[in-house]
Amino acid sequence: MNTFRYTEATDAAGAVRAVAANQSAKFLAGGTNVVDLMREYVERPSELVNISRLDLAQIRTTSNGITVGALARNADTANHPLVRKDYPLLSMAILAGASAQLRNMATNGGNLMQRTRCQYFYDIAMPCNKREPGTGCGAMDGLNRVHAILGYSDKCVATYPGDMANALYALDAVVKVRGINGQERAIPIQEFHRLPGDTPEKDNNLNHGELIVAIELPKNNFATRSYYLKVRDRASYAFALVSVAAALETSGNNIRAARMVLGSVAHKPWRSREAETALVGKPATEGTFNAAAEAALRDAKPLKHNAYKVELGKRAIVLALQRALTGNAA
Amino acid sequence: MDEQQELNDLDINDTDPQLSEDEEKLLDELGLKGAARRKFLGQGVTAGLGIFALQLLAKEQVVAALLESPGAVYSQTIGLENAVRVALKINGAAQSLDVDSRMSLLDALRERLDLTGTKKGCDQGQCGACTVIVDGRRVLSCLTLAATCNRKEVTTVEGLAKGDELHPIQAAFIKHDGFQCGYCTPGQICSAFALMNEAKNGDASHVTPNVRTNARNLRLSDEEIKERMSGNICRCGAYPGIVAAIKEVQSGRETAQTWHFATQDEIAAAMNGGGKSDEHV
Repeated sequence: MNTFRYTEATDAAGAVRAVAANQSAKFLAGGTNVVDLMREYVERPSELVNISRLDLAQIRTTSNGITVGALARNADTANHPLVRKDYPLLSMAILAGASAQLRNMATNGGNLMQRTRCQYFYDIAMPCNKREPGTGCGAMDGLNRVHAILGYSDKCVATYPGDMANALYALDAVVKVRGINGQERAIPIQEFHRLPGDTPEKDNNLNHGELIVAIELPKNNFATRSYYLKVRDRASYAFALVSVAAALETSGNNIRAARMVLGSVAHKPWRSREAETALVGKPATEGTFNAAAEAALRDAKPLKHNAYKVELGKRAIVLALQRALTGNAA
Repeated sequence: MDEQQELNDLDINDTDPQLSEDEEKLLDELGLKGAARRKFLGQGVTAGLGIFALQLLAKEQVVAALLESPGAVYSQTIGLENAVRVALKINGAAQSLDVDSRMSLLDALRERLDLTGTKKGCDQGQCGACTVIVDGRRVLSCLTLAATCNRKEVTTVEGLAKGDELHPIQAAFIKHDGFQCGYCTPGQICSAFALMNEAKNGDASHVTPNVRTNARNLRLSDEEIKERMSGNICRCGAYPGIVAAIKEVQSGRETAQTWHFATQDEIAAAMNGGGKSDEHV
């Protein structure tokens, strides 16, 4: 780990000022990802500004839904009565990730900021355009079993590894950000993370120094019919190979509204409007679910070692939709 | 071969061309001169230890010096770049120390406070051996910077027993054979300790059938215990014993111990019956 200056922020404005003033400064909250990356020399900040004592951890109702503080811990968010009752998809997604210890540490803002687990990104002896722009992509011609099948570029085939964000994409969340000049801006979650394109070093659309303060979730009618399915190499405590956040609103046997987000298949959570279109207005049958699965993965272009993700993704979509339809009575 | 003969045979000068200046100096400082030095080097070379042995000796000297004046260990941080002063409570006792901003809570506990119960496994948040309880919640001390622990309360495995009386979860791990080598055990026990509070609060898990239903004082199934303990890896595979131990304490229903130390009669029977090569005792 390189040496760094450590400070504790006492208010959000001061935290933003401190990080904005130093191009190689970073915010520190739960630290579960950044400390690990620093130990591996992947991240080398010269300054860490600890924000974890800022008053940004509340979870409460708003006129149009709920707001979840950026510094609320993942475990507290997943177990909050408001989230469990009205946004169970978010609870399920958070609880599918990491371990109890890590969920106790990790914050919601930090979870959105977590970086890929591509092994070429982590290994500083390997080329990686995300870690060191211009050095090439180690995974493209290397072992790419866990990598992207959608939306990648010739610069980067890494995936966004998280679970929580997949639910947030399905639930149309809005990320509230505090800017350098003290003003706040709202970023629709679909525009928060980026596809790699020519700048894979940029995971998201935050500017340096901008601080996530809250995540807002609008009201929805998906609470009774939503499901988060995570497929991984072992039953627990592993990153997804493919995950699916599925939500349905039904009227009789008819699908009135649907949400479909795939995780660990692209550089960002992959919301499939194609699958949603294939579902809405149709009867909630296996045939409809199969059609949605085909639509979601029609444009998939697997790499050398991850062709399995296409078939796995389709089956995961059908299973997640079936389980969502079975429902979660309160 | 007597000692004098051995030294004569080795015939090594006080100044050995194989040693660097630093190594020479270290041997001098350690008081290893003349015959003693020759003997040490001879043994070191024949045992294939060399520099490794020197480092061990040097470390021992440092440790001995620290034991004589425990305060020395804390004063060594003077002039440390990016030092952070941390005042925290560990197992009920107030502690204050200056840490390198890079130091993990795990290293602070083990290297600065002599609380070596907490173990370093992977040091990258993948094994759970370093699990401790901070402000009532289980966390990974390897991914927690010590600097962030100012004004926090830390409980380690050393803080669970009341004097000689083990915490029920510790006693249950022994009763149900919840470990083999024991390296992951402090983390497993801290994790299990916190798990019980989580179940009391009604926290959900990945295998909870319906997160929308909310109840307190959960009685955990084996499946629930396995999922909630999945952040603690046991290389020996003592999982059945770990689950049994947690289940007994969590449910409050006593279960039978399934092993016992061999009695004298059983040992004798095993010894007498051990003649057949295909029998294992």
